[in-house]
Amino acid sequence: MAVPAIELKEITKTFGSVIANDKVSLSVYRGEILALLGENGSGKTTLMNMISGIYHQDSGKIFIDGEEAVINSPKDAFNYKIGMIHQHFKLVDVFTAAENIVLGIRKTLDLAGTKRKIQEICRKYGFEVNPDQKVYDMTVSQKQTVEIVKVLYRGADILILDEPTAVLTPQETDRLFAVLRNMRNDGKAIVIITHKMHEVEELSDRVAVLRKGQFIGSLKTSETNAQEMTNMMVGHQVSLNIERPDPVDPKPRLVVENLSVVDVDGIKKLDNVSFTANSGEILGIAGISGCGQKELLESIAGLQPVESGNIYFIEDDGSKEQLIGLEPLKIKEMGVALSFVPEDRLGMGLVANMDLVDNMMLRSYTNGKGMFTDRKSPTKLAKHVVDFLEVITPDVFTPVRKLSGGNVQKVLVGREISNAPTVLMTAYATRGLDINSSYTIYEMINMQKERQVAVLYVGEDLDVLLELCDKVLVLCGGKVSGMVDCRNTDKHTVGALMTRLGGVKG
Amino acid sequence: MFGTIAYLLGSSIRQGIPLLFGATGEILTEKGGHLNLGIPGIMYVGGISGIIGGYLYEHFCANPNPALCILIPLLATIIGSGLMALIFSFLTVTLRANQNVTGLTLTTFGIGIGNFFGASLLSFFGDSGSISLLTIGKWYKAALIPGLDFGFLAYLAVIIAIAVSFYLNRTRAGLNMRAVGENPATADAAGINVTKYQYLSTIIGGIIAGLGGLYWVMDYTGGTWTNNGFGDRGWLAIAIVIFALWKPVLGIFCSFLFGGLYICCILIPGLSSAAKELITMAPYVVTILVLIITSIKNKRENQPPAHLGLNYFREDR
Repeated sequence: MAVPAIELKEITKTFGSVIANDKVSLSVYRGEILALLGENGSGKTTLMNMISGIYHQDSGKIFIDGEEAVINSPKDAFNYKIGMIHQHFKLVDVFTAAENIVLGIRKTLDLAGTKRKIQEICRKYGFEVNPDQKVYDMTVSQKQTVEIVKVLYRGADILILDEPTAVLTPQETDRLFAVLRNMRNDGKAIVIITHKMHEVEELSDRVAVLRKGQFIGSLKTSETNAQEMTNMMVGHQVSLNIERPDPVDPKPRLVVENLSVVDVDGIKKLDNVSFTANSGEILGIAGISGCGQKELLESIAGLQPVESGNIYFIEDDGSKEQLIGLEPLKIKEMGVALSFVPEDRLGMGLVANMDLVDNMMLRSYTNGKGMFTDRKSPTKLAKHVVDFLEVITPDVFTPVRKLSGGNVQKVLVGREISNAPTVLMTAYATRGLDINSSYTIYEMINMQKERQVAVLYVGEDLDVLLELCDKVLVLCGGKVSGMVDCRNTDKHTVGALMTRLGGVKG
Repeated sequence: MFGTIAYLLGSSIRQGIPLLFGATGEILTEKGGHLNLGIPGIMYVGGISGIIGGYLYEHFCANPNPALCILIPLLATIIGSGLMALIFSFLTVTLRANQNVTGLTLTTFGIGIGNFFGASLLSFFGDSGSISLLTIGKWYKAALIPGLDFGFLAYLAVIIAIAVSFYLNRTRAGLNMRAVGENPATADAAGINVTKYQYLSTIIGGIIAGLGGLYWVMDYTGGTWTNNGFGDRGWLAIAIVIFALWKPVLGIFCSFLFGGLYICCILIPGLSSAAKELITMAPYVVTILVLIITSIKNKRENQPPAHLGLNYFREDR
């Protein structure tokens, strides 16, 4: 067999007392796409960060094209033609695309020549980049393109992509995959980290699996299936079917009538949206990013000023309460519990520097006697969430910023669901979560459904939306494009509704 | 009439030069991502270092040479303010201490050093009276362009401001430094030596600011020292950074404007002391207005560097 482009031998890396990688040995060859799989916190990103020079291994060796390589900094990695596209983009917002691309290269500043070279790369692989556009004006997918052009500009022929599709629409994902296949055929070695099984099956040539920092094995994609890969990742048998119990006695719980929202720049974000969410049902909300899902959830939670329309909460006895104009806290006090998993889990939902218990208290700090807070019940809750969702953390008094992304999300979802709401709203609850944790969250959402909670579920994976939800409300450009019953519809119908109002061509 | 305007303009510029040095230094520091609130202290140290250097030269040399009269205090200032900035960068870059606390401490420390040596320097050498280096002051005050009453440091301030602007906007090293100030993780991943740029921006920034102190003691006051004589001009320099939207060339005009506002209370005859104090406030009020306006307009290019005041640790999770 050919000499591997990258060969890792017995790589070990620890953070304090946590072992992130334990004697991992792994090879990547040219002209292949390797999918690196593993649950959250299994050490995939840490391993890749060592190849790209962000971290340095405690022990073990890295070989590039058969020769031992010492990678102490990202610059060393560039010299070995290794380029990494990070999950959180490494771009300077106030710089243009071209400025970001040339950043750190030791030559005189020649923006005109740079732009020519960028156009060349774009032509070769089929990208579209405007070199003069500022990064803060770009969509997520444009930013990602800049990141990829950046590493190619440096002549990288070993590419590492950390969850590149997490924030892309299906169409953008297809375009990215086409580009990656082009690069593979061009003889580059590509490593992709992803949690989405159908992407692994569609794109990769080989898969390598990590579990709890250890290398479990590698397989040819053509000789395996999602079930086998998942079992390897998790370490035991898991069912890949999402349960969908039939709704019991659904009654209207939340009625939204002609809701319109205008943002600070005067752009209409929601236009005359009406729908009803029933108790004991999961209502999915689908739409391409920026179509108004965020505004919809925020107006129900009382976080977003509303232009016109009504939002009614219906009590069990049939009495109506208007939610618009109430303070978020007031909405909660009235017994209308709205639980909200914000899109940006660390920015809006949790305080990074506070520990798990304190973060739990953010929801219950008013519960103590007099001027004192009650710390006992949040401690109990934190321990419960850690046990139930298998959060990997030294203890409940660890600041959440020290947890890996997936574990942070588990803490957030766990807290919101524990609030025993009557209406539960979640946005991207499983974004960035591995299969096992995602299924735990689906299970929790189903438990809420059985408790007669009206669930609003904003998700980006259409397969999951259609399997988990009872109905799906499709938004397109702030308008209701359609309401479909998940039991008798398919992905393409929803996809068409997402991109065109009413799903009709023209 | 023309004479009055020329006089006003000249006074404003002379008042503005130390502010310009301070502001340019702080802009360079902040563009590298570090908020050095020690600038007022560094300017005091810059001033007193120049005085010490000059005094020692005059004290031990019978026939002072004009070139050395200029070079020795200049070198002393560069060393003094450079050391102060080195303390700041070592604490904040290498030891990752809180930048606000470190800066404020350094200001208190620097003003203390200035006043201590200002009051006791002569007694170390058995002299008495007050510090007065009139020969050296004369060389510093000598008009570089005949007919215009500005010493060479005034021109240097403007040249440095333009040079820093060119460096930040037109060179690759400047691009790298701005990237470090905006997003060090990105700069790091791009292969830029973040620590090197952080040290360079704070130390060179500190030295530039220190020259403002030198200008004050040698040129403006002609080689004399008064305790607390430099006043709160260091803080005014930091206010100018905001007013100038982190643009060194804009900083030139802002410094002259602030210099004018700072002394106009002296130039307007017949003001009560309360009115004088109120007018002295003007630069700060204007700065607050600028902050309000830029915050409302919210243009991304006019915001402070995104990582300003935050320390960077590569392996932080």
